[in-house]
Amino acid sequence: MGLFDQWAGFGVTFMTMFRPTFTQGYPEGWGSKRAKEKVTAPRFHGRHQLNRWPDGLEKCVGCELCAWACPADAIYVEGSQNTEEDRYSPGERYGSTYQINYLRCIFCGMCIEACPTRALTMTNDFKLADYSRAKLIFTKEELLAPLLPGMEQPPHPRRLGDDEEEYFLGLPATGQADLRTWTTQKEATS
Amino acid sequence: MTVTAKDLSVEQAVDQVTLTIDGIEVSVPKGTLVIRAAERLGIAIPRFCDHPLLDPVGACRECMVEVPDMGNGRGMPKPQASCTLEAMPGMKISTQLSSPVAAKAQSGMLEFLLINHPLDCPICDKGGECPLQNQAMSNGRGESRYGGVKRTFPKPVPISAQVLLDRERCVLCARCTRFSEQISGDPFIALVERGALQQVGVYAEQPYDSYFSGNVIQICPVGALTSSDYRFQARPFDLVSTTTSCEHCAAGCELRTDHRHYQVKRRMAGEAPEVNEEWNCDVGRFAFVSGRLTDRLTMPLLREDGVLRPASWPEAVDAAVAGLKAAGTEVGVLTGGRLTMEAAYAYQRFARTVLGTNNIDFRARVASAEEEQFLASTVAGVRLDDSVTYGDLERAGKVVLVGLEPEEECPIIFLRLRKAVRKRKLRVVAVAPRLSNGNAKLSATLVPTAPAGETAAIADLTDVDAGTVVLLGERLAGVPGALSAAVALAERTGARLAWVPRRAGEVGAVEAGCLPSLLPGGRLVSDGVARVDTGSAWGVASLPSGPGLDVNGMLGAASDETLKALVVAGAEIGDFADPVSARDAFEHVGFLVSIENRLSDIAVRADVVFPAALLEETTGTFLDWEHRPRPVARVNKGLRSPMTDIRILAALADAMGSDLGVRNARQAAAELGELTGWDGARAEAPAFPGADDSITPDGLRLATWRELIDDSRRNDGADDLMETAPPPVARLSTATAARAGITDGEPVTVGTARGQLTYLALLDDTVVDGVVWIPSRAPGRNVAETLGARAGDPVTAKEGFQS
Repeated sequence: MGLFDQWAGFGVTFMTMFRPTFTQGYPEGWGSKRAKEKVTAPRFHGRHQLNRWPDGLEKCVGCELCAWACPADAIYVEGSQNTEEDRYSPGERYGSTYQINYLRCIFCGMCIEACPTRALTMTNDFKLADYSRAKLIFTKEELLAPLLPGMEQPPHPRRLGDDEEEYFLGLPATGQADLRTWTTQKEATS
Repeated sequence: MTVTAKDLSVEQAVDQVTLTIDGIEVSVPKGTLVIRAAERLGIAIPRFCDHPLLDPVGACRECMVEVPDMGNGRGMPKPQASCTLEAMPGMKISTQLSSPVAAKAQSGMLEFLLINHPLDCPICDKGGECPLQNQAMSNGRGESRYGGVKRTFPKPVPISAQVLLDRERCVLCARCTRFSEQISGDPFIALVERGALQQVGVYAEQPYDSYFSGNVIQICPVGALTSSDYRFQARPFDLVSTTTSCEHCAAGCELRTDHRHYQVKRRMAGEAPEVNEEWNCDVGRFAFVSGRLTDRLTMPLLREDGVLRPASWPEAVDAAVAGLKAAGTEVGVLTGGRLTMEAAYAYQRFARTVLGTNNIDFRARVASAEEEQFLASTVAGVRLDDSVTYGDLERAGKVVLVGLEPEEECPIIFLRLRKAVRKRKLRVVAVAPRLSNGNAKLSATLVPTAPAGETAAIADLTDVDAGTVVLLGERLAGVPGALSAAVALAERTGARLAWVPRRAGEVGAVEAGCLPSLLPGGRLVSDGVARVDTGSAWGVASLPSGPGLDVNGMLGAASDETLKALVVAGAEIGDFADPVSARDAFEHVGFLVSIENRLSDIAVRADVVFPAALLEETTGTFLDWEHRPRPVARVNKGLRSPMTDIRILAALADAMGSDLGVRNARQAAAELGELTGWDGARAEAPAFPGADDSITPDGLRLATWRELIDDSRRNDGADDLMETAPPPVARLSTATAARAGITDGEPVTVGTARGQLTYLALLDDTVVDGVVWIPSRAPGRNVAETLGARAGDPVTAKEGFQS
């Protein structure tokens, strides 16, 4: 064993100080300027969201197909009936209770496939750590999409038509299909 | 589906025809439909309109099969509906399994049916258990080729308070309309309009208030008829199903009870071919929420300074034991007729071995000594094999109804009788003061009998022979001599008798010995041999031998404070013969222990109240009116009250220093099983004289009985059910009305010295002259309590509201 052999290990440490860092900040970029927050792929399976129609009514009809499809039994739904005075969704039925247990959820996305109204989609939000189990059971209030301009907090009457038929025929045209993929996204940013 | 082993042996005797289905030979009785013959081979042909208990109609055209040979060497040129095709000797059938023609016809039919179907399965209550969904998957095309606009209707339309109709989903199978016409006899719904606009319609002037309307929800093969009660409550895959028995009447229907998160969401008719076939009544289906109202007892209550306060179990048990010990043997036990046979057995054993008294009676209603003797001699100790059964009703030459309205008091008997009337032209004779709607649907011959005149009417019955079945209602307890006359009639003519009580637990209570003169299995208290036999089975030296008090005696003794304590379970003050004096007795008795599910009007007067588990949280057995054991399964394992009746009694017995011997329903059933089959002395048949009929009261006589949907506590919380309750009407004949100055449709006030009640007058010429009929417990109108009158008592009736 030579005299400097025991210092050789520090050489590795020393060299590493000058290499670019790949540490990612969490929950946000902190420390090194380069320790940026993770940008996920656009189709990343993150926290769920319950979408709304353009007037703010909920798309969820409480059909429980997501709960049925869920392989981890993470979703709990109860349906209820809309009335003219107390309306949450344009049709007869809405989901009065909606819970996703993120301690169970495996982010497989089967619920999204099962959803017949496109009410349930996934966001890119992956920051789901918390201090208690109870906080990781997300309720309907936490899962519902935020109200965008022009939307109104339900319950309220249908704003896009007087009855179901008129409502759905009166919906604004949807935009272009989202054809972005990870590769197209990368080309766009580069 | 509805073929029992017993029936098969009968069917072997009739002509058999042999046909070939998909190359497999099968022999079936002559007249069997091809779809049913295929079922025997395990070949499932898709179908919507076909139902084994309804007449074939061939409405949906889904069950198409190819018929290469009709049995005469010639085939059918086109596919045929197998649900209307009778099996013929030598017939050859190719189903979808072997014939592409049949498969194409079936998938084509499904495509047609789905053209106007809204495909709103995600919000449909049938979704997940829907024959249309299932068969579209198994026999239909994967994708729709139809791109046009679908027919729409406003939805849902309520056809009654309980049943909602969604016409878009209907496939016009006519199951509901056929059920209403053929089974329940209430054809208020029908198919109306033609072509693509054909739809199920309601008779606008009369809502579909059938007592059996819930069945159409169950047999609808799509989601066109749904329950307003169960609407959006759960999906089929959320539910846990338990097969159990209905607790509401003595019919003994099998039920499929579905619960989600320990809360019962719905109850469906179970399949019990020998009992309820596949039907049940609306009370059995919809009245199951009374146990989850705010008055549910969840902890023991103890009276302190005149007020009931929650107490711990040991504290309550100690208080009850102190009170019962102080009363010694001057204590009575009243169990209503709603307990399981095992619980009734535990109560009578508690009375006899722990309290040391024969003061026990289950009849928290009109009761008499004659009835007690009738029950001891004719009902107790009878086995199913010796008893009249539903099948016997169907095969009987004639059925006589005395003191019984089957549709109101035992709806499944009504359905069986109606089936026999329709299929076999069974003759039904009703000894009653009026021809009720139910009896009219049975085409019954009315023997017009003024109330309390049943005794003479039974004695005068002609054309009764050994093929006749006489059904005796529980109401006859209030008619002196009627049960004796019925027994005499049976002895004279060989006719068979059956006693049909109103409550599910009454036959079981008789069998368990919940009567002052009766030990379990029909043994008599007065018989020393029977006492020794029972005592040795229970491991006690001796049983009390003195005569016990019946319900009337106990209430009387409690009022004058010669009875020091009462233990009451599952009884309701409004049910007693005279609720006012019963209330007085419960207020005067020195010490009152109440074992209840809910805070009843007896519990609020009690010194100690124990909460008992609901029926859906216990196991046990009911004996239906045929003496057929009907198992009660534990549906709900999320207990709110951990103690069943038997465990409460065992805890009380332990604290009193003696052993009850049984601690759960299984032990009680085993012990009771050992006590059946008694071949010693039995009670003598009653021979009581009829009442003196020579004095006719001035004015009108009261005729009354309870209706199926009335002010009963079992219906609490079932608001949709209560909306279909019959309106409170007073029925009298035109002549009687004219004499009393009463006009049809106007309010009429029926009164006695005690009180008055107002009804709507309905002139009905089947009512015996000089009689006014009112329902006993129409919502808000308890006849026994307000008028203090029973059937046969004089009442007054005048037009106008009560003063």
